Amino acid sequence: MSATRQRPFRRLMSTTAALVGAGVLVTGCTGNTPENEGSGNGAANVASSNDETGETVRIGFSAPAADHGWMAGISNAAQAEAEAHEDVDLIVAEGTNDVSTQIAQVETFINEGVDAIVLLPFDGAALTPVAMKAMEAGIPVVNVDREFSSPFAARATILGDNYGMGVSAGTYICSRLGDQPDAVVAEIAGIDSLPLTQDRSRGFADALADCGLDVDNRVAAEFTVESGEEAAANLLQAAPEIDALWNHDDDQGVGVLAAISNAGRDEFFMVGGAGSANAMREIQSGDSVLEATVIYPSTQAADGIALARLIAQGKSMSDLVSQEVPREIVLNAPVVTAENVDQYIDSAFES
Amino acid sequence: MSESSTATPAAGGPPAGSTAPQEPGGKGPGLMSGPLGRNLGLVVALVVLCVVGSITAPGRFVDIDNVLTILRLAAVIGVVSIGMTFVIIGGGIDLSVGALVALSSVWATTLATQALARDFHWIVMVFTAVLVGAVAGLVNGVVIAYGKIVAFIATLAMLAAARGLAEIIANRRTQIVDNPGFRDFFAGDVLGVPTLVIIFALVAVAGWVLLNRTTFGRRTFAVGGNAEAARLAGIRVQRHTVWLYVLSGVTCGIAAVMLMARTTTGSSTHGTLYELDAIAAVVIGGTLLVGGRGTIVGTVLGVLIFTTLGNVFTLNNLSSSAQAVARGVIIVIAVLLQQRLAGGGARRRRPGRDAAAGSPAGAVSGGSAAAGGPAGDRPGDADGRPPT
Repeated sequence: MSATRQRPFRRLMSTTAALVGAGVLVTGCTGNTPENEGSGNGAANVASSNDETGETVRIGFSAPAADHGWMAGISNAAQAEAEAHEDVDLIVAEGTNDVSTQIAQVETFINEGVDAIVLLPFDGAALTPVAMKAMEAGIPVVNVDREFSSPFAARATILGDNYGMGVSAGTYICSRLGDQPDAVVAEIAGIDSLPLTQDRSRGFADALADCGLDVDNRVAAEFTVESGEEAAANLLQAAPEIDALWNHDDDQGVGVLAAISNAGRDEFFMVGGAGSANAMREIQSGDSVLEATVIYPSTQAADGIALARLIAQGKSMSDLVSQEVPREIVLNAPVVTAENVDQYIDSAFES
Repeated sequence: MSESSTATPAAGGPPAGSTAPQEPGGKGPGLMSGPLGRNLGLVVALVVLCVVGSITAPGRFVDIDNVLTILRLAAVIGVVSIGMTFVIIGGGIDLSVGALVALSSVWATTLATQALARDFHWIVMVFTAVLVGAVAGLVNGVVIAYGKIVAFIATLAMLAAARGLAEIIANRRTQIVDNPGFRDFFAGDVLGVPTLVIIFALVAVAGWVLLNRTTFGRRTFAVGGNAEAARLAGIRVQRHTVWLYVLSGVTCGIAAVMLMARTTTGSSTHGTLYELDAIAAVVIGGTLLVGGRGTIVGTVLGVLIFTTLGNVFTLNNLSSSAQAVARGVIIVIAVLLQQRLAGGGARRRRPGRDAAAGSPAGAVSGGSAAAGGPAGDRPGDADGRPPT
């Protein structure tokens, strides 16, 4: 051993060279070009006078980092919407999960004098002052998904309905299990400290209470595949018999499904959340425990862009009678099942 | 294992024969010699957790499926922690492990890799993951050893860069593993033991042998204890440091494969905060954060404690916030227990041992338990590099 140890430097060099060489080889064959870019989020616009090209408006868009399928879907849909309008000049700030960076981005928009700002804040309360500053500078702000703490900080607000998601999921489970008062219902939540998770869970519990059910087992994951798998694996041990399972998020749902198939369990049905294309394909396949999912629209920011354009051009929403764009729009959270999955799958985001 | 950790370099060689038989609690220089005191705290903590689990969730906790679930969940972070143990004993730190797991998993599940895997064999995916981990670890090591950048900063940079690269490659999407061979192999079991658990066991045993029974391991202790002394003793410290980070990278690659099997996906969100979980497991396992001392068994116990904790909390339907609090409390209690038990053990044993063995090595092995590895003995260690 000691004899061979004496001249290992050469060995290190050759090993390194081999590693690097193999690395180059691997690099060459690990490209990742998807066969089909499935961003079917393009706006299905209703033809109206609003769609006619008006004066060009510059819209600043800032959102958190797209480190999650839903958030990536948000940005893609927003850009697709902007491209669908010739008169929209979209300035996209690099997605960030750092509040101070996002504040700086909005300040840059103000300095550039954009015509409108669409803002999906990482933290609604933290971005409120700078949004207020933009409003005071005469730039309308459209607030998406996470609400500001002051109503004066945004001209219009578009929200997904987190409470409604829970209600939709709970109502669906009630429709399936309402006649079994001792049915076991489990819940896999997202990040527990977020208000949106609390809203979803509250809606879920409220809807279940309506038909005499309650949540027997509840675990929280972190919206990632890995955390979903871990939470689900433990949950399945905690509850040997389940009748229905609601998982808040389809991204973590991939992990949840992996854990379920690993445990060989199929005595229950599962309801997803958010509405990823992947989940919808599972629903379509018909042989998965995932039988439904509740949509949390990933097209919110695209709606925000559309509204910002109308506001900046001084138009109203053509289908409404009132003169101005509404102050707040809460989007619906429909349940997707095997029956209506075809209708929604095209606008779903890829996780 | 404390015997092997501090004192092995000196005691493991020629003195080993003379000291081993006299060790009070030891069966020779094997697994249980010396470490007894230091790992006892961990064993106690684990037993307490298990007792709490079986009292609060009778029937569900003491269930073979549940035990296997715990082990399966511990496997991935466990493998990462083994690599981390080496790096920390060697006086470094690797903050990039979580990001490397993500990068490896993403790279190994790209469409091109999966197409290649379809054409040849799923082993291509395993190979890619391990290679990506190794190369990233090599970059870490070279930057730290030859670039003279502090490990904390260098791996912090890798943490950011690797996860960013993973996001770019994956286009921030979750990549599904659609290779049935891969999934069947890693989701399967041998005689009822899941493949992932077996891999974890193999890595742990390999890590133990490498740390305690090879010159590589001895040099790791020497480099971590006192790099300058190790250099003067003829150890190529820089080169050794590079290998430590490569090793950590390789374990990240292996962990990525296991995670791909567990979740059936590769994703840039994999391995989030693994660096903290791994460091926590390593540290409560009795490894000194400044290097020079540590054990594989302790690390494995540390990982098991955290995973069991999560399982017990879920079985009792408790919130993850309460779990986080318990996790913090356990870190403190485990380390405190360890210091008390190991310290007491050392005080009790020391005189007898000194008298019996009469070698400085014996004294160091007992006495340094709480005090931290005194650097002074390292040159001696390195000089008397044992011929194993």
